[in-house]
Amino acid sequence: MAADTHETRTANRGDLVFQRLIVVGAVVMVVLLAAIALELTRESRLSLSASGVRFLGSTAWDPVKELFGGLPFIYGTLVSSFLALLVAVPVSLGVAIFLVELAPSWLRGPVGFMVELLAALPSVVYGLWGIFVLVPWLRGGVEPALARSLGFLPFFSGPSQGFGMLAGGLVLSIMILPTIASVSREVLRAVPNWLREGALALGTTRWEMIRGTVLPFARSGIIGAVILGLGRALGETMAVTMVIGNRPKIAASLFAPGYTMASVIANEYTEATGDLHLSALAEIGLLLFAVTLALNALARLLVWRVSRVAVQGSRR
Amino acid sequence: MMKATESFVPTAEKGRVVTIAERESAILPAEKIRSVDLRASFGATEVLKGITLPILERQVTAIIGPSGCGKSTFVRCLNRMHETAHRATVAGRVLLDGRDIYRAGIDPVAIRRRVGMVFQKPNPFPTMSIAENVLAGLSLTGERIPHRMELVEKALRQAALWDEVKDILPRSGASLSGGQQQRLCIARALALDPEVLLMDEPCSALDPIATARIEELIHELGDHVTIVIVTHNMQQAGRVADHTAFLYMGELVEYGPTDRVFTRPAEQRTEDYITGRFG
Ligand SMILES: Nc1ncnc2c1ncn2[C@@H]1O[C@H](COP(=O)(O)OP(=O)(O)OP(=O)(O)O)[C@@H](O)[C@H]1O
Ligand SMILES: [Mg+2]
Repeated sequence: MAADTHETRTANRGDLVFQRLIVVGAVVMVVLLAAIALELTRESRLSLSASGVRFLGSTAWDPVKELFGGLPFIYGTLVSSFLALLVAVPVSLGVAIFLVELAPSWLRGPVGFMVELLAALPSVVYGLWGIFVLVPWLRGGVEPALARSLGFLPFFSGPSQGFGMLAGGLVLSIMILPTIASVSREVLRAVPNWLREGALALGTTRWEMIRGTVLPFARSGIIGAVILGLGRALGETMAVTMVIGNRPKIAASLFAPGYTMASVIANEYTEATGDLHLSALAEIGLLLFAVTLALNALARLLVWRVSRVAVQGSRR
Repeated sequence: MMKATESFVPTAEKGRVVTIAERESAILPAEKIRSVDLRASFGATEVLKGITLPILERQVTAIIGPSGCGKSTFVRCLNRMHETAHRATVAGRVLLDGRDIYRAGIDPVAIRRRVGMVFQKPNPFPTMSIAENVLAGLSLTGERIPHRMELVEKALRQAALWDEVKDILPRSGASLSGGQQQRLCIARALALDPEVLLMDEPCSALDPIATARIEELIHELGDHVTIVIVTHNMQQAGRVADHTAFLYMGELVEYGPTDRVFTRPAEQRTEDYITGRFG
């Protein structure tokens, strides 16, 4: 009896310590985030009071004349990230489905490992690959071909420049592909086997089973994976800076150079002289911070929802 | 159904003396399925070691035996589900209406259409409503469904679930109780109008009332569908099955009419098992 009470008490104490640690960790996280947001707001106060909301809509960016408009960067970030998703989502979903549902087991390990390796490469390596391989290839072959066949669309008009929005979007797509692929792979792996057996026993083909039962079951988790990839694309700096052309102009053509929020901060912060310039860059940082935070929160929510459904579904 | 077979004999053999042997074989129901020297393995481990067993048409056949003896594996070989498991292989033959379902060129998908399956754990599709679950076999394969509601009602009535769910058809299939979910899975299989229904311990997750409902259902279905039921419950086998097969360590020990197997088992191992001396 005595031993019993003793055991219970230590177990409880362990629980208590653990619980405290978690609470402390959570509080530290929140405080850190709040501190970053506060600091960014403080730094951008000057710019906020100088141009206010107009900052978001203005396209002029000329530090010499002290003109600061954020729109070209917002545009560049959104368009390059959207392009990245357009390419990466179908490819990475295909990879994830292949790895979980279709690949022979001897192939799953090596291919999965390679996908994870891609995710671990430093972004400057992607940038170098972009400069030496992707940009010449776009300038010399892909862009002229696109202009010839689809030149009537504004996105594919104008001179082929290599360095530009298209290059930025493609480098980004390759960078976020492993993120989306490996998270969706985990989501698909979590889909219980009784679901697949139920469908197969009804006389569905493998593909009908995947499309009709596995993917709907995993849907919100996959959306979460895509949003995580988007978060990475929005914040990626080095690789994009190396290939996007870094010109703060909004052009309809994807061949033309552009600029992203992260790139302009990285490029101009060390050389910025005027206080207003620094403050404008901080405001861009604040904006980027807010967008990334919101998207990640959304992703977490969606992944949490799919795992909850999985638990409910298997509890009977 | 015996009547149908009997009335068939005189017309077919009109004007000829029918021998007793002929008459007996004609009265006996036809074999819907026969496994011939069926062997199944997971990797290098052989878990079914040559099983030859008839499954009679429009009869209920129970498969009994201790845990791990290969009952699930056996029924999963009858609709080619076994091979969907990791490293699972099959050798031997399974004749469905006399034709081997493992011969080259047979599409397992077509076999699973004809031989439906209900699993031990109820597994309705949680992303689908009750009505969608019933129609899943058709909708997943992209078939056109002309009279949706009629089909939903018919299958749910057959599965004795209609009265309980007719007002909540748009709700998720996962929102039902375990027994209701299992009957929903039966309805889902029946909506495809299968010739054979395989049931792997369909009542093991259910309370006695739900179990009784499902047994009743098996009785009714047994008139027009061939049923194979795996069960751990001797009383259940006695209540629902016309024939019983006893498997032990991957081999068929005994097969015969249920009454005979339970009252006068030919094998010592069968007697030991049904009297609870092992397993
Ligand atoms: N996926 C698998 N991989 C490897 N071995 C397996 C697998 N499934 C089953 N087995 C083995 O095959 C044998 C037969 O299993 P099976 O599931 O057919 O038994 P069972 O008679 O249905 O048992 P139970 O009454 O417990 O359901 C067992 O020894 C089991 O360990
Ligand atoms: Mg079993």
